[in-house]
Amino acid sequence: MSAVMDMGGRDGLTWGGASLKSHRDEVLARTRETGHYNGFTSLALKEREPIRYEKIFSRLRGGVVDARETAKRIAASPIVEQEGELCFTLYNAAGDCVVTSTGIIIHVGTMGAAIKYMIENDWEGNPGIEPGDIFTNNDCSIGNVHPCDIASIVPIFHEGVLVGWVGGVTHVIDTGSVAPGSMSTGQVQRFGDGYQVTCRKTGTNDRLHKDWLHESQRSVRATSFWVLDERTRVAGCHMIRDMVEELIREEGIDAWEEFAYEVVEDGRRGLQNRIKSLTIPGRTRQVAFVDVPYEHEDVHLPSMFAKTNSIMHAPSTVEIHKDGTWTLDFDGASRWGWHTFNANQVAFTSGIWVMMTQTLVPTERVNDGAYYGTTFRLPKGTWMNPDDRRTGHSYAWHFLVSGWSALWRGLSRNYFGRGYLEEVNAGNANTSNWLQGGGFNQDGELHAVNSFESAAEGTGACAVKDGLDHAAAIWNPEGDMGDMEIWELAEPLVYLGRSIKTNSGGYGKYRGGCGFETLRMVHNAGDWTMYFMGNGYMVSDWGLMGGYPAATGYRFEAHDTGLRERIDKGLSLPLGGDTDPDHPDYENHLGPNARVKRDQQGMTTEDCFENTDLYLNYLRGGPGFGDPLERAPAGIEADLNGGYLLPRYAEKVYGAVIHQDGDGQWRVDAEATQRRREEIRQERIARARPTREWMREERERIIAHDASTQVRQMFACSFGLSERFLEEFRAFWELPEDWKLVEEDLGVPTYGARPEHRMDLGELPDVRKVILVEE
Amino acid sequence: MSSYTKKDVQELVDGTLGWETTHRMLSMPKDAQRFVLYREVLQEKVDWDDPILLPLGPHLYVVVNADGDWVTQCSCGHEFCDYRQNWKLEALVHVRDSKDELNELYPELMSPDPEWQVYREYYCPKCGVQHDVEAPTPWYPVIHDFEPDIETFYRDWLEIPLPQRGQ
Repeated sequence: MSAVMDMGGRDGLTWGGASLKSHRDEVLARTRETGHYNGFTSLALKEREPIRYEKIFSRLRGGVVDARETAKRIAASPIVEQEGELCFTLYNAAGDCVVTSTGIIIHVGTMGAAIKYMIENDWEGNPGIEPGDIFTNNDCSIGNVHPCDIASIVPIFHEGVLVGWVGGVTHVIDTGSVAPGSMSTGQVQRFGDGYQVTCRKTGTNDRLHKDWLHESQRSVRATSFWVLDERTRVAGCHMIRDMVEELIREEGIDAWEEFAYEVVEDGRRGLQNRIKSLTIPGRTRQVAFVDVPYEHEDVHLPSMFAKTNSIMHAPSTVEIHKDGTWTLDFDGASRWGWHTFNANQVAFTSGIWVMMTQTLVPTERVNDGAYYGTTFRLPKGTWMNPDDRRTGHSYAWHFLVSGWSALWRGLSRNYFGRGYLEEVNAGNANTSNWLQGGGFNQDGELHAVNSFESAAEGTGACAVKDGLDHAAAIWNPEGDMGDMEIWELAEPLVYLGRSIKTNSGGYGKYRGGCGFETLRMVHNAGDWTMYFMGNGYMVSDWGLMGGYPAATGYRFEAHDTGLRERIDKGLSLPLGGDTDPDHPDYENHLGPNARVKRDQQGMTTEDCFENTDLYLNYLRGGPGFGDPLERAPAGIEADLNGGYLLPRYAEKVYGAVIHQDGDGQWRVDAEATQRRREEIRQERIARARPTREWMREERERIIAHDASTQVRQMFACSFGLSERFLEEFRAFWELPEDWKLVEEDLGVPTYGARPEHRMDLGELPDVRKVILVEE
Repeated sequence: MSSYTKKDVQELVDGTLGWETTHRMLSMPKDAQRFVLYREVLQEKVDWDDPILLPLGPHLYVVVNADGDWVTQCSCGHEFCDYRQNWKLEALVHVRDSKDELNELYPELMSPDPEWQVYREYYCPKCGVQHDVEAPTPWYPVIHDFEPDIETFYRDWLEIPLPQRGQ
């Protein structure tokens, strides 16, 4: 018998003949009424048969991890194979996560949101859900992070009843957006973001549909990676489905049903316990920013209304309640914009667990219970919860990881207060630059590249040790810069250097980890383009408790380099790192007609690169912890001798008195340093002034509207969305009641600024949006 | 659950604890007695007798002062203000809002553009220690970072008495 009956009076697909929609409604109602997931005020299975409960968990967790590891090894895309950009997750029939694999676990929620979208919009009735079906989703308007994360979703049936779902996601190398590379800049709306499909049924009877295969391949550039990544995902999903079916055969369907819901409540309680054991009740406040410098001549956009400088604003309040639950409130955040850095609410709420599993909940038991233990307040209309269906999302991570960077500081104040100094982390690097581009590669194929060297940035400093150098990125706990040899196979870009990025880590008693930089020369390519994507005019991470932020990014590119002639003549070449930008050296090894772009414009759009042109890929450092004048002399010596710090900053920032010994090794004179540091403390007192005195001057500048356009636009934008933020701003600066700042007065494009000229996804006919946050 | 000695906690605070124990602290469930040991270690490090209620930073504490008030205080003994107020408003500040000021910290192109972002360094008026660095846009209100509910923390979460003067 088919699992799907006709629309008239049919039985539903899931437990007890309920429709998926009514099943989910009941789960949510029981959760709301009791404060416990699905009304589970006790963990009956776990309490009754704890060993069996653990065995079921371990088996499922082992199964999803095994599927991921197997899939990773058969993948073709270097993003998946080298960097582990994939994840598999198992869901109950209501679409809530039971267990997830390692990897990019942001997709616990994004694939869950896709399942919930299918449930809420009656996919059960049309197009129908049957055993052997395969659904594909990468639609950012219903929860996906960015279009290049493609999810394959497979229902799991038992005797005609839908008892769960499994989803697998990979980051593909190209999705056919305006520019090649999967996370492109240049487009300013969804319509240029690339190929997007909405929970489309792309396979039946475990086979992909031919029309899907034909259509999807001609919608993207790197077709072989596209196809092979899909096979990777489907294979992993089927492995997990088989594993669940086997478990049901052995343990019984009743045990699966009980476990698949109880484990979510277990996860919710686990978060509550972790919060109580690691934090302090109360409130922390923090903020993060990202520059969007779109006025620059090297940012080419299709729409003049997007051609403006703006700033992403992410203020946050984390309130930890007495009972161990918490509220994350982003009131005051700036509006979504005409760029590709907007994020869906689910990308934001789900992505946070990528970060939290590295700190607050470093456990394999992360599932949707953590979501149910958290209240998110993401005001509608902000960049993290857009109210317009036109928004671009192809590099949502740019804002996401920057917005979350501030949360590290809030959490770390808690850890520091409790004495868990080992958990303190000043923040995460702005994970850029993203080297992207495409054209015809060394094999003569139409190709796209997206260098995942950015999976190895510097990490933030801890309260007991330095951050890790060129080690990790927040969005992928497996951070790995990848092998140069593999990247040279994947990209027609020869390495002329791969070095520590000197001075890129934030200074402090414990410094942030330094990033690294690679100098790439275009080789054997044709009609090749590249672009930069990262921060430049601002840092998104701050230091903590006296430490400094990491260095900002910048770009270096060179054209008409004359390197072919220099190679032929045996002349010197630009090699290694751009070690001291105050005294640039690459330019000394280029031909006389070289055109060099060296500036803070860390964001560009697709531009042509000929063979022997150069591109510097600078991966950022992490922020520092504590007053730099307390850094141990041994640490400074190691920094100097290891190439992490230029000598003049050892003197200026660390107050170190240094010299080189007979072997050329840097040494710190500890006693002289101590004296010098005391002088610097006195110099600080002499040059500084009382905060309240400075505030009076700053207040005058605010009253006079004296700030750059982008700063005023940022505030005006946040004031427009949040009366509370405006009132708090006025109160802090003691501004007159009639002081105001509105976008219309700034002389910048305001296209999209007026609420009456926006259209939300939910306004489309027959669409029920899934809303998972307070708006 | 793990447990550690006061010496372990002392070394953790000093940054000299061996990696093996540090890693155990990271990877094992947290030790509930940590806060008590931590507070003892910190109290012994400072030159004053005001009982520490909560550390806010390497040199910043909430303490009970001679009048019995809860205040934010520097390790040098300088008292900023009531612990519920933002101590930064009573500190000294140095604002780096020019290219030259910012380039003292990083090489060319590696510090922010002051049209977009500035650094605010907050110092203790008495000893000059740098307690915090903010990196906001111009105009940004001084951030009140942390408002801990100390009473609930002691009474309900740790279930230990609040430190009193003379103990």
